[in-house]
Formats: sequence, structure tokens, C-alpha cells
Amino acid sequence: MTRQQAQKIAVSAITAAAGLVVLPIVLVIVYIIVMGAGAINWTFLTALPSEGMTEGGIMPAILGTVILTFGTAIVSIPLAIGAAVYLAEYAQDNWLTRAVRLAIVNLAGIPSIVYGLFGLGAFVLFLKLGTSIIAGSLTLGIMTLPVVISTSEEAILAVPQRFRMVSLSLGATKLQTIRHQVLPQALPGILTGMILGLSRAAGETATLLFTVAAFYLPRLPQSLFDQTMALPYHLYVIATQVPNMPLTIQYGTALILLLIVLSLTLVASVVRTRVRRRREW
Amino acid sequence: MPEQNHPKISLLDVTFRYADETEALRKITLDIAPNQVYVLFGPSRSGKSTLLRLLNRLSDLTEGAQVSGRIALNGQDIFSPAVRVAALRRRVSMVFAIPTPLPGSIRENLTYGLRMAGATDPLMLEERIQQSLVQAALWDEVKDRLDHSAMALSGGQQQRLCIARSLALQPEVLLLDNPTSGLDPLSTATVEDSLYELKRSYTIIMVPHSVQQAGRVADRAAFMLDGELIEEGPRDRIFINPTHERTESYVTGRFG
Ligand SMILES: Nc1ncnc2c1ncn2[C@@H]1O[C@H](COP(=O)(O)OP(=O)(O)OP(=O)(O)O)[C@@H](O)[C@H]1O
Ligand SMILES: [Mg+2]
Repeated sequence: MTRQQAQKIAVSAITAAAGLVVLPIVLVIVYIIVMGAGAINWTFLTALPSEGMTEGGIMPAILGTVILTFGTAIVSIPLAIGAAVYLAEYAQDNWLTRAVRLAIVNLAGIPSIVYGLFGLGAFVLFLKLGTSIIAGSLTLGIMTLPVVISTSEEAILAVPQRFRMVSLSLGATKLQTIRHQVLPQALPGILTGMILGLSRAAGETATLLFTVAAFYLPRLPQSLFDQTMALPYHLYVIATQVPNMPLTIQYGTALILLLIVLSLTLVASVVRTRVRRRREW
Repeated sequence: MPEQNHPKISLLDVTFRYADETEALRKITLDIAPNQVYVLFGPSRSGKSTLLRLLNRLSDLTEGAQVSGRIALNGQDIFSPAVRVAALRRRVSMVFAIPTPLPGSIRENLTYGLRMAGATDPLMLEERIQQSLVQAALWDEVKDRLDHSAMALSGGQQQRLCIARSLALQPEVLLLDNPTSGLDPLSTATVEDSLYELKRSYTIIMVPHSVQQAGRVADRAAFMLDGELIEEGPRDRIFINPTHERTESYVTGRFG
């Protein structure tokens, strides 16, 4: 075998491997569309479930997921940006900083069911928030922190040092420099991390189990202290707990969840490429 | 002219050590009179940039560094607790070697320092924009596109914008660290020419690009070597008739 042949074979193998990575995502999407598209119509999207969920729509679950995603954002974003700014701009190399970093790495590794138990203990029972949107948002928010902190910190560190120097040398304070130079320039990276974190939260099931999700609640939540249905948990319920559940409703629900999560991811990558193009000065 | 006899800036026994114990400046004593171009020159690593960064305390940002001695601006110690660093940096303003416009328009760049200091009066801001651009010899080239991105300017224009951005603060002292390093000869000449105008209103301390440039722009010059001030004096003495042998061999190009 000549060197050229070896080269050709290697390139084909690498290309094939890359292609194989695309295959599962395409298959999953196509399969779910084929199986679930038939269920989707106006009633399905806007009606309350009826007849033990085998009829009607999934509106409360969609709304629940949207509300929980917002709740997660409200909990995690200010905390995460604060922590990222601290780590990137202020942290000295001392035991506290090392402890914070270790905590973030470990938070990222904790299984979501454990977050769920933590939320149950800390928010639902100890703070007496009950099984509620607020308890769920707090739990999901904490779960999302590591991703958002890490990506935000990376984005902040990627802002070239010379802009900080220039800003300070023009008489801006450190805080003004962060507010007017560093954060605006890091914003696209921060947004990307936020959206990826939120899309993960939107698809989360195990955490919701203990903290917020209602098995079957054919009405809309009235306050933050109410339970709510949510798409991922609803999907789990109708797929495993309800006898005689029409398959199209299951796949239709999966399709809606997939669309929500994928559109979040899509927004993230659009933001990223947009800004990368703007950066090319 | 007021204060003509008092130095604008005076250094007394200034020593500066980086965290790794590099002694970048050793017992520097130096007076800089107002309204002149004062040139700090010498071979690489002689401590010129370190000295400039000390004068508006950008050196505060280098962790673990140690300063001793006294630096005074108009007779006031710049390290005294009464001095607010942000205010000091508006009075002693730095232009870096690499032109660094901030993201945003030309106008936003020019007003950045003033806005951070709390200025909001649009008339005053407009006036400063025009004034500083005229002084930096950039007004004619950009007056019709103040709202365009500053990044779209040429390198030479960007550097003059950076000078104008400092001037908009109406500082007392302008620190120029090799401001023509990346510029073509024509832009270099424009920047050098503007210095003659600028020194009427400001005190300029500049690290030049070369000995030739030092000779062209200096009123007074200081020769530095390995963190020490070898000698300083009026331009003609330093460049035509230096006292020290090492200064002479450096200005005649025999080393460095
Ligand atoms: N941040 C830093 N940390 C440690 N040492 C430094 C730092 N900056 C500069 N130095 C050292 O201090 C000395 C003086 O450096 P400085 O940059 O002031 O020289 P310079 O005269 O401006 O040189 P050049 O002409 O190359 O710009 C050098 O030995 C340099 O290695
Ligand atoms: Mg230098």
C-alpha cells in the first residue's frame, strides 16, 4: 500500500466517522416527526388535557415548561454572571477561589435526580415552598449554574486585556470597565452559555419530579406557589404510567419538547455566528 | 505662564521592582518641566514603559510590584491616599503603542473618558470632540463620519484617534509610548508634526520609535539603560554632545 493510498483510506474513515455522528440526531428527529406530526394541531397545542390525558391538548405542559425556563433564567443568570465576573476579574489565587472552582466542577457532575432530592429537602420542605414553580425554578437554576458560570467566565477571559487597559487609562474605574467594556464584549459568549444551560433545564425530568411537576393538572397554575405540568415529565407520565395512551400523542408531545429545545440551541448558534462576524474588524 | 519654573512632574529616587524581583527602575531622579516634549529613550528593556506606566499609576495593575521613592504631579505625591487613581489617569493620560480603539463609533471613543467621569452635557461633549480631533490633526478626515465604527479607520488614523481620545479629557500630561510603532512614514510624520501644536497646551512625555525620532521631536531627553537614568538634558546636548560615553555610542548607533 502506498502512502497515498493509506492517506485516502484514513481520510475516508475519518469522514465516515464524522458522518456517523450526524446520523443519530437525524434519525431521532425524523423518527419523532414521522411518528408525532400527525398529533399536532391547534387543539393539541392550546387545549387542556381531557379523558385522563388520552384526549385534548398539552397546553398546560407547554406553558409550564416555558414558565420554568424563565424561572430558571431568573434564578441562575444573575448569580452566574456575578460568579463569573468574580472568578475572571477579581479572584485571587487563594483557597476560596480554588474551593469555588472545585464546587463548580462538582456541581456539574451531580446527577439531576440528586438535584431533585436536594430541591425537595431544601426548598419544598425546609423553606416550605411546597411542590411549586418557585421550588422547581430554584432547583433547576442551581443545576444550570455550572454551565453558565463556566461559559461566561470563558467569554469574559476572552476579552483582550488591552481593552481593560485602555478603559482604565481613560479614567474609568474597574467596575465601569467591567460594565462598559468587558461585559458587552463578552455578552455573546455569555448568551450562548445561558441558552445552552436553559435548553438543558427545559428538557429536565428527574429534577421536576420532586419539586414542581404535577402528574395531571388540567388547569393553569395560578401563582408561583402552584404546581404545574411540564413537557418532559408529562411525556414520561404518558409514556409509562397511562394505559391505552395513543402513540401519536406521546410522539406529538416529544416533538413539541424537541422543537422547544432545538430552537433554543438554534438561537444560541445564531447569536454566536452573528457576533463572530461582527468581530471581524 | 504659571508654574513655568516648577516642574510638572518630578521623580525622586524612584525604584520599581516587578514581582519576579526584576529591578526595572533604579533610583531615578528627574524633573520634567511643563509644555515641552520630553523624550525617554534607550535600548529595549531599559525601563521606559515601566516609567511611563508609573506616572499615571497603570503600574497599580501589575500584581506584586513594589515602588519606592516619590513621584509628584504639580508638587503633589501621586501615591498619597488623597489622590483618586481614576482622576489621576484623566490628568495624566496614556496612549499605547498599539492603537486600540474601543468597540463602537468614533464619537463614543472620544467621549468615553468624559462619560465615565460623569459628563452628560451634549454641548460640552460635542465641543470636546471637535477640539480634540483638531488638535490631533484628524478632524478633516473624520468629521463627516463620527458615528462610524472606529475600527474602520486606518492604523495611522486610529492612533491619532487614540491621541484625540486622551486629549478630550484635557489632561495636563500626555504619555506616548512609542505611538508611531505600527505606522507608515507619512502617518508618522503627521503624528510628529502634531506634537509641536500639542506641547503648547500639554506636557508630553514620549518614548520614541528610534533615536532619529527622538532627535526630531525632543525638547529635552533622558537616556535610560538597564533601569538607570544615564543622563538627561536639552536635546542638542544629548544628541550632539552627550556627556556619557554610553549615551554617545547609543545615539551614534554603535550599540543598542
Ligand atoms: N509585567 C512585567 N512583569 C515582570 N517584568 C516585567 C514586566 N514588564 C516589564 N518587565 C521587565 O522590566 C524591564 C523593563 O521593561 P520595560 O517594558 O519597561 O522596558 P522598555 O524600555 O519599555 O523596553 P522596550 O523598548 O522593549 O519597550 C525588562 O527587564 C522587562 O523584562
Ligand atoms: Mg516599552
